[in-house]
Amino acid sequence: MQYKFKINGLDCANCANELESALQKIDFIDNVSISFMIQRLTFECAKENKSLALKQIKKVIKKEEPDVTIEEI
Amino acid sequence: MTGKMNKRLIRVIIAFILFVICLILDFNNLYKNIIYLIAYVIAGYDVVFKALRNIIRGKVFDENFLMTIATIGAFAIGEFPEAVAVMLFYQVGELFQSYAVDKSRKSVANLMDIRPDYANVYRKGIVQKINPSEVNIGETILIKPGEKIPLDGTVINGESRLNTLALTGETLPRKVGPGDEVLSGCINSDGTLKVKVIKEFKESTVSKILDLVENASSRKSKSENFISKFAKYYTPIVVVIAIILAIIPPLITGEEFSKWLYRALSFLVVSCPCALVISVPLSFFGGIGAASKIGVLVKGSNYLEALANTETIVCDKTGTLTEGVFKVQKIEGVNYNNDELLKYTAYAENYSNHPIAKVVREAYGKVIDEKLITDTKEISGKGVIAKVDRKNVLVGNEKLMQENNIEYQKSKEVGTVIYTAINNKFAGTITIKDKIKEDAYKAMILFKNNNVKKIVMLTGDREVISEEVANKLKIDEYHAELLPQDKVELVQKLISQKTKEGKVVFVGDGINDAPVLALADIGVAMGGLGSDAAIEVADVVIMTDEPSKIASAINISKRTMNIVKQNIVFAITVKIGVLVLSGLGLATMWAAVFADVGVSVLAILNALRVLKVKSS
Repeated sequence: MQYKFKINGLDCANCANELESALQKIDFIDNVSISFMIQRLTFECAKENKSLALKQIKKVIKKEEPDVTIEEI
Repeated sequence: MTGKMNKRLIRVIIAFILFVICLILDFNNLYKNIIYLIAYVIAGYDVVFKALRNIIRGKVFDENFLMTIATIGAFAIGEFPEAVAVMLFYQVGELFQSYAVDKSRKSVANLMDIRPDYANVYRKGIVQKINPSEVNIGETILIKPGEKIPLDGTVINGESRLNTLALTGETLPRKVGPGDEVLSGCINSDGTLKVKVIKEFKESTVSKILDLVENASSRKSKSENFISKFAKYYTPIVVVIAIILAIIPPLITGEEFSKWLYRALSFLVVSCPCALVISVPLSFFGGIGAASKIGVLVKGSNYLEALANTETIVCDKTGTLTEGVFKVQKIEGVNYNNDELLKYTAYAENYSNHPIAKVVREAYGKVIDEKLITDTKEISGKGVIAKVDRKNVLVGNEKLMQENNIEYQKSKEVGTVIYTAINNKFAGTITIKDKIKEDAYKAMILFKNNNVKKIVMLTGDREVISEEVANKLKIDEYHAELLPQDKVELVQKLISQKTKEGKVVFVGDGINDAPVLALADIGVAMGGLGSDAAIEVADVVIMTDEPSKIASAINISKRTMNIVKQNIVFAITVKIGVLVLSGLGLATMWAAVFADVGVSVLAILNALRVLKVKSS
């Protein structure tokens, strides 16, 4: 399943790239992509792993970019 | 401008005023330094705060951190004005950047302002305003003049014209009436329509298109990947050189420590890669937006980038270069004028179910007085014999003429030729064929102007017909009478023949070409409006059926790539230039600040130009 989130509070394109590569290191999610221009985070993971994935993603975001919030669309 | 940006702007203005006062007025140095400090705090407190937070998290190459170090360092060696200037202009650059990003986000959003907000649904006998995503298949919706069509459906009653500008870039409105299919995202311009919903919102055209455009910037181009890689190495390298510069030369030469520290700090000022990093995706974003404005949906930055290197264009014939609809193209009356010939032929074919008969009747277009027709006889594989207005009419192919000993003139036309004889005398020919799109001629010229090296046409149609189309359009190479697997083989061959950087573009209608569309470097589907299959399988979707739009897309792609290259080369050159000059002590920290912010501003302004691409 592909999930899409609106990503708020990213200051710059380079921060977006850095956050993207940090998120790519999470094990069970694939094809993580952050588009700075449309403020969107997309990733793929198995349906049953979604809540676990979200927890991990939020953890990474908190460490890398504390001002960033995400909301599902 | 957002509230956050407004606040930042006010801070920058206050800090700038204080800064200028200190620069031009002559008063006590201590007071001056205090005002400088106040200006610094107003301009950059958030940067310093974020920098401190980053140190705790171990992120030392973050731009907030670098700016803080550069400015605090400048304070430390007593260069107060420089410290304030670096922070101030860094903020100006940031402000400008968020303004530009905001602006282009908005203008692309406006281009794609096709999302319907509500649907008027008949429920429990009354019309209710409901979110389109909650409407079910089979429900009836009401669309008033000026409203967007919220879901795909068929018209039950009412007549109107639809404005498809936002979807196709096409200004001519489309007429619809009962029985016609209407697509979500179009605007109803005249009458009120009652429509039966045939697709859920999620599956409707408008959702598919929005999805496609929104996802486009997630597929990153090579240039974007290059620039993020560059940024990954650039900043650490510059910072390390700065540290070396601050420590080693003073130790070796015994020169003043602060002199080399000053140079090192200039390095830190130029070490931020952000302007460069933003200008590239900003350009692609603009390019994709500009393309969708003219009805060309590009599914990813990577495809927009690849289009610029189009070397070979492979076109399907029917439906792509031709209209895909058979029509009477030529009437040549002999002994009778053209109108009479068409009339007698249409009358004779009145009862025939043959597709060609239907085309002839359509071309005649008037009501047929069936009382005038008697004794119709269909001769399979040859034609029709009928009595029309007491005259013996023969309509059919050459065989029919030969069998009845008619002295006919063989037609030179390519296509399906109908011979007609009236009272055993040859009356002329009618030629039926698929028409080449007017736009196809324009497209071919534009392709050549865009340095496309080879145009190839592939078709399952007959050799003679294909030859004529190829000659008329001046196509370099054509292959006729192909089976679907032959097309795949030929495209494979063309891909193996191209140069390394060149791209093979395949253009088809997306219905029968799925394997070839997938195989080509860039698969372009024509007439995407209303064809889900095309939208799904292609990399680029042309919403109208004009092949010349591909040329426009190539143009936009080339323009985008030019701007991207200009930005990359310009920004890297200036940055490296400033690094060398400040390393040698030839550039001051002032020069570094202006170079850095200047590069940001120019690169972003340059990127915004992409949005202004005209359609022709």
